[in-house]
Amino acid sequence: MLLEVRDLQVEFKTRDGVAKAVNGVNYSVDAGETLAVLGESGSGKSVTAQAVMGILDMPPGRIAGGEILFQGRDLLKLKEDERRKVRGSEMAMIFQDALSSLNPVLSVGDQLSEMFTVHRGMSRKEGRAKAVELMDRVRIPAAKERVGQYPHQFSGGMRQRIMIAMALALEPSLIIADEPTTALDVTVQAQVMDLLAELQRELNMGLILITHDLGVVADVADKIAVMYAGRIVEQAPVHDIYKAPAHPYTKGLLESIPRLDQKGRELYAIKGLPPNLMHIPPGCAFNPRCPMARDVCRSEVPPLFDVAPDRQSACFFWKETLDG
Amino acid sequence: MGRYVIRRLLQMIPVFFGATLLIFLMVNVMGDPIAGLCGDKACDPSTAAQLKKEFGLDKPVWQQYLTYMGNVFTGDFGTAFNGQKVTELMSAAFPVTIRLTIVAILFEIVIGISLGVVTGLRRGRPVDTVVLMLTLVVIAIPVFVTGLLLQLLLGVEWGIVKPTVQPEAPFNELLIPGLVLASVSLAYVTRLTRTSIAENARADYVRTAIAKGLPRRRVITRHLLRNSLIPVVTFIGTDVGALMGGAIVTERIFNIHGVGYQLYQGILRQSTQTVVGFVTVLVLVFLIANLIVDLLYAVLDPRIRYA
Amino acid sequence: MPEPYDDGAIAGTGAGGAMDLAASEATTLERTPGGPQGTGPAEKARSLWSDAWRDLRRNPVFIISSLVILFLVVISLWPSLIASGNPLQCDLAKAQEGSQPGHPFGYNGQGCDVYTRTVYGARTSVTVGVCTTVGVALFGSFVGGLAGFFGGGWDALLSRVTDIFFGIPVVLGGLVFLSVVTSSTVWPVIGFMILLGWPQIARIARGSVITAKQNDYVQAARALGASNSRMLLRHIAPNAVAPVIVVATIALGTYIALEATLSYLGVGLKPPTVSWGIDISAASQYIRNAPHMLLWPAGALAVTVLAFIMLGDAVRDALDPKLR
Repeated sequence: MLLEVRDLQVEFKTRDGVAKAVNGVNYSVDAGETLAVLGESGSGKSVTAQAVMGILDMPPGRIAGGEILFQGRDLLKLKEDERRKVRGSEMAMIFQDALSSLNPVLSVGDQLSEMFTVHRGMSRKEGRAKAVELMDRVRIPAAKERVGQYPHQFSGGMRQRIMIAMALALEPSLIIADEPTTALDVTVQAQVMDLLAELQRELNMGLILITHDLGVVADVADKIAVMYAGRIVEQAPVHDIYKAPAHPYTKGLLESIPRLDQKGRELYAIKGLPPNLMHIPPGCAFNPRCPMARDVCRSEVPPLFDVAPDRQSACFFWKETLDG
Repeated sequence: MGRYVIRRLLQMIPVFFGATLLIFLMVNVMGDPIAGLCGDKACDPSTAAQLKKEFGLDKPVWQQYLTYMGNVFTGDFGTAFNGQKVTELMSAAFPVTIRLTIVAILFEIVIGISLGVVTGLRRGRPVDTVVLMLTLVVIAIPVFVTGLLLQLLLGVEWGIVKPTVQPEAPFNELLIPGLVLASVSLAYVTRLTRTSIAENARADYVRTAIAKGLPRRRVITRHLLRNSLIPVVTFIGTDVGALMGGAIVTERIFNIHGVGYQLYQGILRQSTQTVVGFVTVLVLVFLIANLIVDLLYAVLDPRIRYA
Repeated sequence: MPEPYDDGAIAGTGAGGAMDLAASEATTLERTPGGPQGTGPAEKARSLWSDAWRDLRRNPVFIISSLVILFLVVISLWPSLIASGNPLQCDLAKAQEGSQPGHPFGYNGQGCDVYTRTVYGARTSVTVGVCTTVGVALFGSFVGGLAGFFGGGWDALLSRVTDIFFGIPVVLGGLVFLSVVTSSTVWPVIGFMILLGWPQIARIARGSVITAKQNDYVQAARALGASNSRMLLRHIAPNAVAPVIVVATIALGTYIALEATLSYLGVGLKPPTVSWGIDISAASQYIRNAPHMLLWPAGALAVTVLAFIMLGDAVRDALDPKLR
């Protein structure tokens, strides 16, 4: 297994108390595999990813427990300097908003070649040549001429390609993409997503795709982990989930996608609001919003039940959900 | 870029004339411009009338101003109370004040920025709180009190430095006066750097730099500092003009014969030409410093385009 | 023009001396992000202030500086509450004497009681500070508001006029302007400080009006045909006023310090006015033998200035949601 996250717990200290952002998350990705992590904002999907990358702001963040096994080593036990060498070269991250994620005062060439000069000890000139090569690879036209330009001089789609190029620079074995297409135009979204999927196949990388967009997921993911209030509530191969969700929350998410064949019908929305991470409801965190909630949901935290091989659901009534 | 410079230069013209006219009017209100010319006594009426005619003081103020400005542009700043050319006074005074300003700016850069970076990266820790309080105290105490106290302690009580500065004003004697002159700005540079660093430290591109696996030092110097220092550099740039104008208090405390000293003398002796001349040059320095700062933006921040 | 920074960080750096520096830190306020779309401006401004108030009530810096200022105001209104003597009643025989029973701060160069004079000096400083600030704030926001609101030619003209007054070094201007004044009241000093102080506020006000004007709800109000005066008063002013108040509060402290500096140079206030500036200036020639004469009024001055700066600082932090 390339990456295995085991029982990860992350807290944030705020002025009003401790926010439990991640409460025992388990997931894994293999080489060449794509895991989609799904959830609303505040569900802990990005925080988990940042913990894996080792870029959490600590403080206020704190890893309260768990393991992050990457190629067999527990990253949480590494020294910061060893950890740093893993970042960028063995695992890389693509962020949502390329404009703010790229340094506005350095040319894209400088930002790309930095990967080679710092991690590979190349000269500036070699790094520059590599930068042009990378820009070609992510199909930025006139790479040679544009390598000296600044991020604001590129279009949104081109900027995200540069982010992808930066992540791929050292051919890492794992890529984490945090909502890589959310900030882009719909037409550009597909192009960027296709490029990412193509390069992933080519380099046989593991990909963790963090998103709240179920449409993107269906095309590229192998398996899905759905997160709610810092926990994984359902985990399954992608087609199983679309066919029949085994958790009411997943079901709600799927039903809230607008569909052409149901034109005219009112759009479904999950009632209520995501929970306050400082006061997560007792029992199943989803119970106040769940149409199927019973007494047991309010008192006991549901464990992950095995629904099928490779498939789990954290719902006491997964059978009923699956059937109906 | 070229067009922008020209536009800015054109904008400077009315500001320059407005500010100098304002000073010219103030000085004329200030009192009898020839009062100082006949020694300590008042001039007798006939001499006064003759002197007034000689200096063109019988004409309306606006005409006097135009004549004066005309002369200034040919390099003639007129004559001071003791018959010395104002330009001579300037060539003696400006080098001293410029040296003092350089010392002050160096203090701002070295101490101010370092403290700002250290506190900005340790926001909320004890070192941050202490430095922040210190900067407030420095800002709250008027410069002349800081100056007098430093002079008393370092110069008189402990004898570490000379309490006053010789007329030649070599750099080593200007260290303490330079620190005093810089003190308030230094506190602001610290606070500004701190705010800017702390704000940028949370920026997405810094997170990217960390995710790229760059060493912490490189993240800070190449990514964080480069962005955070843009407002600081511009603050220090505009401060050049302000420091030269504000040096008057420091120069008085340490008896430095710079611009402030000459101006003070000029005002005491009601020497119109000295006062207007020096202030004109200071306003010009201030305006040029501001222009350079504006142009610096383009160098420091590629996002800014001049149209 | 480099607009993003034009009115912010360096707005206040011109005129030299103490007056101008407060602006450098008020910059963040001008970019205060808008609240959720659709809420009205007045409502937004109200919640901005009530949020700030909730924050301030718990902030020890705010509480302490408010108490100090309250104390200062009380003793400037009724100095005899804590000082029974007469600040002008002096006994040359006691000149320069140190602390003694009934006269804790000792005597000054003229044999006046330093304690009494320090207490009575508060009135002058508070008067100078408050009157200057009110004048500067009113005139500055008026000019800056007009420039920012109408833009175009008005803006160009008013901005140049602002630049002119900004281009004159404050202390030098004070020397020239005040050296002719023979009046021993505080008014010429206040008048002069307003004359050279208003550009600082004008720039802040212009900047925040321009920012407020670009907010969506203001654009919407314009599209709905709101009149100019209604726009300015109901939609723009409530949100533009916060940075002005913050900068003005901080500036109040610096005006008090400036008065002392001018008095030190011999052009500020003149006896028989009782002022910290005059006393510090007079004491400076005895600084070696009788430092107490300088330290008490200087200490009172520093605490006063500090209180206003810290109050302004605390209010700014509370109003800036980004720093929460």
